[in-house]
Amino acid sequence: MQLFPRLRLVPDGTQIQFMKGRYAGLILSAVLSLLSVVLYFAPGLNYGIDFKGGIVIEARAPGPVEFSTLRPALSALNLGQVGLQQFGSPQDVLIRLERQRADVAERCRAKRPPANEQERQARQRAVTEEEAQQCAVEEVRASLEAYRSGTQVRRVEAVGGSVSRELFVNGMMALGFSLLAMLAYIWFRFEWQFGVGAVITLLLDVTKVVGFYVLTGFQFNLTAIAAILTIMGYSINDKVVVYDRMRENLRKYKTMSLRELIDLSINETLSRTIGTSMATFLATIPLALFGGEALEEFAITMLFGIVLATSSSIFIAAPILLFLGEDKLRRGPPAEDAQAADAAPIP
Amino acid sequence: MLFFARWKVWTINAVCALGILLSIPAFLPRDSIGLPGWFPWRHVNLGLDLRGGSYLLLEVDMQAVIRERLNNIRDSVLVRLRGTEIRYSGLAIRGQSVQMQLRDPQQAQEALRLLRELAQPVTTGAFGGSTPDLVATATPEGLVTLELSEVALRDKATKTIEQSMEIVRRRLDPEGIRELQIARQGNARILVQQPGIDDLETSKRLLGTTAKMTFHLLDSTADCSTGRGPAGVNCLPGSDSRDVQRIYPVRQRVEVDGANLTDARAGNNAQTGEWVVNFSFDSIGTRRFADISRANVGQPFAIVLDGKVLTAPTIREPITGGRGQISGSFSAGSANELAVLLRAGALPAPLTIVEERTVGPDLGADAIRAGVVSILAGAILVLIFIVWTYGLFGAFACIGLAANLALTLAILNMLEATLTLPGMAGVLLTLGLSVDANILINERIREETKLGKTPFAAMESGFKRAFSTIVDSNLTTLIKMLLLYVFGSGPVKGFAVTITFGIITSMFTATIVVRLLMVTWLRWRKRSALPV
Repeated sequence: MQLFPRLRLVPDGTQIQFMKGRYAGLILSAVLSLLSVVLYFAPGLNYGIDFKGGIVIEARAPGPVEFSTLRPALSALNLGQVGLQQFGSPQDVLIRLERQRADVAERCRAKRPPANEQERQARQRAVTEEEAQQCAVEEVRASLEAYRSGTQVRRVEAVGGSVSRELFVNGMMALGFSLLAMLAYIWFRFEWQFGVGAVITLLLDVTKVVGFYVLTGFQFNLTAIAAILTIMGYSINDKVVVYDRMRENLRKYKTMSLRELIDLSINETLSRTIGTSMATFLATIPLALFGGEALEEFAITMLFGIVLATSSSIFIAAPILLFLGEDKLRRGPPAEDAQAADAAPIP
Repeated sequence: MLFFARWKVWTINAVCALGILLSIPAFLPRDSIGLPGWFPWRHVNLGLDLRGGSYLLLEVDMQAVIRERLNNIRDSVLVRLRGTEIRYSGLAIRGQSVQMQLRDPQQAQEALRLLRELAQPVTTGAFGGSTPDLVATATPEGLVTLELSEVALRDKATKTIEQSMEIVRRRLDPEGIRELQIARQGNARILVQQPGIDDLETSKRLLGTTAKMTFHLLDSTADCSTGRGPAGVNCLPGSDSRDVQRIYPVRQRVEVDGANLTDARAGNNAQTGEWVVNFSFDSIGTRRFADISRANVGQPFAIVLDGKVLTAPTIREPITGGRGQISGSFSAGSANELAVLLRAGALPAPLTIVEERTVGPDLGADAIRAGVVSILAGAILVLIFIVWTYGLFGAFACIGLAANLALTLAILNMLEATLTLPGMAGVLLTLGLSVDANILINERIREETKLGKTPFAAMESGFKRAFSTIVDSNLTTLIKMLLLYVFGSGPVKGFAVTITFGIITSMFTATIVVRLLMVTWLRWRKRSALPV
């Protein structure tokens, strides 16, 4: 009763000897991760304003924006490097300013006499970075209005130094804690070899995602942390499914060598692995196409991460387990076996 | 696992129906479909990135509060020890304490006794116990230190934040009609989120003013030409931009405080027609104002706001009614602003904006469109893929997915959670992740079928074996999202929220709703082979 031919991404009865390629897979992965670490130090990540502080202003002019006139107008403000980017329609422009040094605030102070005693007192204290951010936003607004009247400021984000440092620390803590949590969870649910295998794989995955951020020049900000966490979650999902099958097969086939057993488990779960990757990939593509400035980078990173996580389940997580558990996994941990052995009557 | 008791079937159907019903308010305006009045019409709030608005993170200057308290203590020490036998020198603020050197160290005990009276009680614990906020100590050499206690500092911080939040609310939303979210963040920060950005500049101005109003007498004999007045007199500028050069010799002593105001309204002066602010005092303020004006008829007095003289009229007759008028060069707008500030009261400490995120409403509308288009397109792609791969069971999975989305939305509605653009991305990823459960189950059923099991047996073991895998993989994702929620901020939290509820509900829809569909179909059609 089939109305149409079914899609089978993985033909039934596929038997690929993945473990043959275990050295190639691991070495390639390690090299890529090492390169990513190198990239992290030079040229380094393009930190977004969440983590670096700074200002992003999105504006829409009544007509097409000519960078040749806007750039000098903004550079004349002397606010450090000005990044201009056009996106969407030619009327839209994205202005990025680095975090302003505190002394910029002096200019706004000079322009405006203190409004009140509090402010007078505040001004006896040193200028703060926070004040400087607000000052720079004011100046850019005025300058945009002067550039062409009717220019709308559609979005402003200004993050000062203290907040960005906190956000960065929090982001890193989220990443660190989730690695630990994964290790603990898998350890608790499986044998320790599985936990270590999963965390090493995650580390290799995460470093590559960081390398991806360096290569693409995508903004590394809170959304990037969300992307990395999601990829980690997705990747660990994949590992859990494969590991689950290995554990099951360890109990089922008591005499099979670990290497064969791992290959069997990967092959058995392969069509699920590919199917889920496909579905998630398909769900994410529209986001990369229509998600707009905010989500485009997130979605593209996710697409990269899905491919990465799928391949690392097969080529990294499984071989690591083979190295760690060559004889140990066989010796007896499965609780049911141990109980069965105990209960067996001695002839 | 394949038998469903009748009550279970009903419960599952009821939950799904309820989910669909409760998800409706997210799409439609109230009363558009004539639901009964008791229906819980709650819906998700759109985040500021979707509907436009501003997100301001304010930092309270705690040091200023502490400095003010220390100043007070120093002044009270002067007053308290005046006329006593105790002689001292070098009274000054050092760090978080006030110190002085006694001429005669023998008097230390007596001095400490007097100085401890200056302490204010701080309530500690739930039972109303209290401790003094000052710790007074003396060295054998006669160095006396008055230090603010740890408890007092913490208490001061909490009170300052709470008071600031209240005043911020009263200033930004005097009528209590705007959807304003004001929340405390950490030890010294306040997060203000307001929809709409038209009055952002006004808001910033209102937040940047402390609005401390005081009434003083002028000292017409003092000489302010050097910029610094004699002791007890401050030389303050006028607030009027037209005579900003004018300097008033204002006595330091505060006669009446702005805290004694009960009301302030903008209005027109009947004679001149210019904009003024009318105010009235409470009973204490009325009495003091009456006393002062009676004793100083013919003298000028000054109304000072944040260190500037708003107006300095001459007292023509005793003012006993407790009402007054501030005139100056006001416009309708500035008179109104001042009235709002005075009604709301003074901020206990200055506020600084440490983080600003503003999104215009049309940009928000664009973001909503982008989110909705992405979700629809993503859903269609996934549906095609899953039906193409698994046929009828794939279609069941799609029904499960639809129920998944409805239930997620229903929970978000019930919680009145905030939906952000990353939150919409979360919906899409949930779609991908919850499909995983269906794929796991279907693949298992296929495998079991290939092993030669009967349809019922294959389904039974398919669900059973896939279940532990589903739980494992979903739990790891949930842990991640919890961490993201705790450490993330702003819109990213929305991502964690939607994925969390999406995954929780997907466990129900993928393993129970879809199973019920499959079982019902199987009992009805009585196939000998499964369409997998």
